[in-house]
Amino acid sequence: MKTGIVVFPGTWSDRDCAHAVSEVLGQPARYVDHREDSLDDLELVILPGGFSYGDYLRCGAIARFAPVMEAVTAFANRGGLVLGICNGFQILQEARLLPGALLRNASCEFRCEWVNLRVEQSESAFTLDCRPGQLLRIPISHGEGNFFADPQTLETIEGNGQVVFRYCAPDGRVTNDANPNGSLRNIAGIANARGNVVGMMPHPERACEALLGSVDGLEVFRSAIHALRRVAV
Amino acid sequence: MRYRAEVFVTLKPVVNDPEGLTIRGGLHALGFDSIIEVRAGKYLVVTLDEVDTGQARARVEEMARQLLANAVIEDYRIELKPESPSPDAGDRRGQSPSPVVGEPKSSGSRDFPRGQGRGGGLPA
Repeated sequence: MKTGIVVFPGTWSDRDCAHAVSEVLGQPARYVDHREDSLDDLELVILPGGFSYGDYLRCGAIARFAPVMEAVTAFANRGGLVLGICNGFQILQEARLLPGALLRNASCEFRCEWVNLRVEQSESAFTLDCRPGQLLRIPISHGEGNFFADPQTLETIEGNGQVVFRYCAPDGRVTNDANPNGSLRNIAGIANARGNVVGMMPHPERACEALLGSVDGLEVFRSAIHALRRVAV
Repeated sequence: MRYRAEVFVTLKPVVNDPEGLTIRGGLHALGFDSIIEVRAGKYLVVTLDEVDTGQARARVEEMARQLLANAVIEDYRIELKPESPSPDAGDRRGQSPSPVVGEPKSSGSRDFPRGQGRGGGLPA
């Protein structure tokens, strides 16, 4: 799985992603500078977390216009796998590759903690290895992860099965108490209609080794590997 | 022609505004009981050179659509004023600027705020 990890000024999770992909999973990975305009050598592009361009104006608003984003859009449109994590999710929404927006957390607090996610569908490239209803324990770390979409958009993405992850209680129930940021319907991650682009607020790259407290994040990356194999067959 | 565009970006009414709610809570704690609602937003000042007012407004609208506001969650409002030759540095939104008509076109004072006792204007 030839993986590119995009680095904008202010990106901070790029090395964690590179570690997970290359050291833990043994897959080839390289960093992609925000000024690059070709991703032709890649099969998976990760937009990692951080504070690209200082989160000025809105999270992801400036990064969306970086030269590399034109290439990311073209890459996504031809079916390439794109995973946006945290700030990367915000950038994908600003770039209109994913619907909705991420508002300030309802608590107005930065939340850095472990959450439980319920996998809602196993059709996307990043949940292929999971079964619907499976629980993943993965940490979040954000101040603006409060998923919002207008009612019509919300119905569309629910109807299409584009909701990929929801925050849930340890027993899998989707409750208000398990919602760390006020996201509509506890949405933690969504896919585009085609399923090759996924954005999620939790950080799977930080849950890939038992030493870190969970290996559940591996499911996300392994799914991508299998999605690529399936295409190749 | 130089224009000064003030762009007010606010969350759409249907979008929950935790920042505004928190500010309202603080104001209530200070005893401002009459407050019903506070909505927080962004205030941007864009200075630009364009041939006329129509062109300037069109450009700022385009900026707001493409970058300054996110149409999924935000609305925007633009107030556009010519910045030269009349020095209107002292004016404030919500107030009518002093009438431009009849303003002496004194170039000597144009770099200085002319607000009366308002502590000076915003930087030009």
